[in-house]
Amino acid sequence: MVELRTSYAQDLRLVSGWTGWAGLAFLLAGLALLPLVAPRYVVYVATLAAVHSVVAVGLNLLVGYTGQISLGHAGFFAVGAYTHGLVLTRLGWGFWPALLAAAVTSAAAGYLVGLPALRLSGPYLAIATLAFGLATHQVLVNWEALSGGRSGLFLPEIRLAGASLKDERVLYWLVVTVTCLLVLAAVRLLRSYVGRAFVAVRDSDVAAELSGVNLTRYKTLAFALSALYTGVAGALMGHVVGFLEPQLFTLFESVYFFSMVVVGGLASVSGSILGAVLLTLLPQLLSGMGEALNVLYGAAVILVLRFEPGGLAARWLRVQRYWRSWPL
Amino acid sequence: MSLLLQYVANGLAAGSLYALVALGVVLLYRSSRVLNFAHGDLATLGVFVAFTALARGWPYPVALGAGLVGTALVSAAFYRLLIKPVRQATALSLVITTLGFALLLSGLMVWIWGTDTKVFPFPLSEVRVYRLGGVVVSELSAGSLAVGLLLVAALSLVVQKTRLGLAMRAVAQNPVAAQLLGVPAGRVLAATWAVAGGLGAAAGMLLAPAVLLDPFMMLDPFLKGFAAAVLGGMDSLPGAVLGGVVLGVAESVFAGYVSVKYKATLAFVVIVAVLLAKPEGLLGRPFHRRV
Repeated sequence: MVELRTSYAQDLRLVSGWTGWAGLAFLLAGLALLPLVAPRYVVYVATLAAVHSVVAVGLNLLVGYTGQISLGHAGFFAVGAYTHGLVLTRLGWGFWPALLAAAVTSAAAGYLVGLPALRLSGPYLAIATLAFGLATHQVLVNWEALSGGRSGLFLPEIRLAGASLKDERVLYWLVVTVTCLLVLAAVRLLRSYVGRAFVAVRDSDVAAELSGVNLTRYKTLAFALSALYTGVAGALMGHVVGFLEPQLFTLFESVYFFSMVVVGGLASVSGSILGAVLLTLLPQLLSGMGEALNVLYGAAVILVLRFEPGGLAARWLRVQRYWRSWPL
Repeated sequence: MSLLLQYVANGLAAGSLYALVALGVVLLYRSSRVLNFAHGDLATLGVFVAFTALARGWPYPVALGAGLVGTALVSAAFYRLLIKPVRQATALSLVITTLGFALLLSGLMVWIWGTDTKVFPFPLSEVRVYRLGGVVVSELSAGSLAVGLLLVAALSLVVQKTRLGLAMRAVAQNPVAAQLLGVPAGRVLAATWAVAGGLGAAAGMLLAPAVLLDPFMMLDPFLKGFAAAVLGGMDSLPGAVLGGVVLGVAESVFAGYVSVKYKATLAFVVIVAVLLAKPEGLLGRPFHRRV
């Protein structure tokens, strides 16, 4: 049952065979039709899961593919969310220009944080990014003119093509569309020269440099891209919650994003989405546990690292392989 | 002038706590190359154990001792059961493991003790003060400074003068060579983890009377201790103490003269500045990577 590839075009295909196309069509149709049948609460949770998926995919570009640790992604999340919110409320820009502004600003923040990463590795990079995330949170808490302080920054009602984003179904469709486009972009990017350069940097930066990969360019690019994804997710998150407050962007948020990537599978786009969806659903299903939920997150992360370092994605591949050669 | 002295005095008391946390972080980093993100939560666990023991009516020394020993045991067990099996792994997976354990611990503490804050009874008072020529020092800060200095001195005695300390230094320098010469590296590392956990718990117990006790109490001091460790140099024990004291005083002076609001942010600016300008820290050795 091993698929033999006989041409380069076949190798480039993202979806192959009628089963692949049928599965994709089924998935997209399911995603599009969900809000028509599901209750409002389910639609809200699905939107949240989509936002987290964007963050997880972005974080995985950096951690899984390029091998750079970041414990400060809540910082980029905040930069995107507040840029979007401030541009909407103070400058009165439209939704799309404001989203673009959030993307550009967070990518710039990612580039700046990526510069020290050129000189730091491993634990030191973890500390530097951690410091960035915490400093961002504290600036937001203290600079009330910027962030609206503890009372929060309320986002205005946005109408796109006559439909209000206050309607959670409209918001769902918007967020899921953006998510799908960004995921597609990530998949395509990772199959390009850039993606291969990222992996080369992860596996051995010395060998990568000797093979002609410009380390400065690709490390900062990985940071900028990762931050861009996270920033766009942050901007969308503002509409999901309706207002922004510093408590949405704490250290714990960074750690949750990190758990999503680890549980889902490092260096796997589908794994990131799986992890994000799972760890978004978990708190909703077990809402009675409150903050004791951290026990589950922690245990999940430790168990995954111990028994399946590739995360859920690797386990899924293994199951597939098992059934492909079943009953051998 | 006396105002400045007052700020320095306040800073020294905070700095001695940062130094205790930083010592634990550095002790672990230089011996097992692990950045322990669970260090703060382990310390909080120790305070909670002591708190429960006190609530049961145990005498002070016994309750505090139980907290210290309990933390030391959990810390050593964490190393033996969770860190050691992944030791061959990358810096990334070690960091993730300690993060996972930090989440697990904080979740457990929320589960057992709840999130509402508790008052940790302590023999030293924060309200009773001494005056030393214009400088006001509370009994509690004087006490924590004294205990901090005492623990630093005790640790340096252990590391420099005992067989265990010699073994610790040997394992930190070259674990393989140490093992070949008959040093039981696994046990020495477990002991190192226990000592680091105990130091963290001691810092927690000195801090708990000043702030209120809750499962996330040590988050901020832990991060400051981290910053202190980076400032002093991640592989230098004297550096950790120096970093802690410098950071404590700098924070206090900054809060006094510049801005109270951004006091907490200073530590993170310090981290980034040190990592950019002098990544090996004040007293650390520059690190080189062998390819």
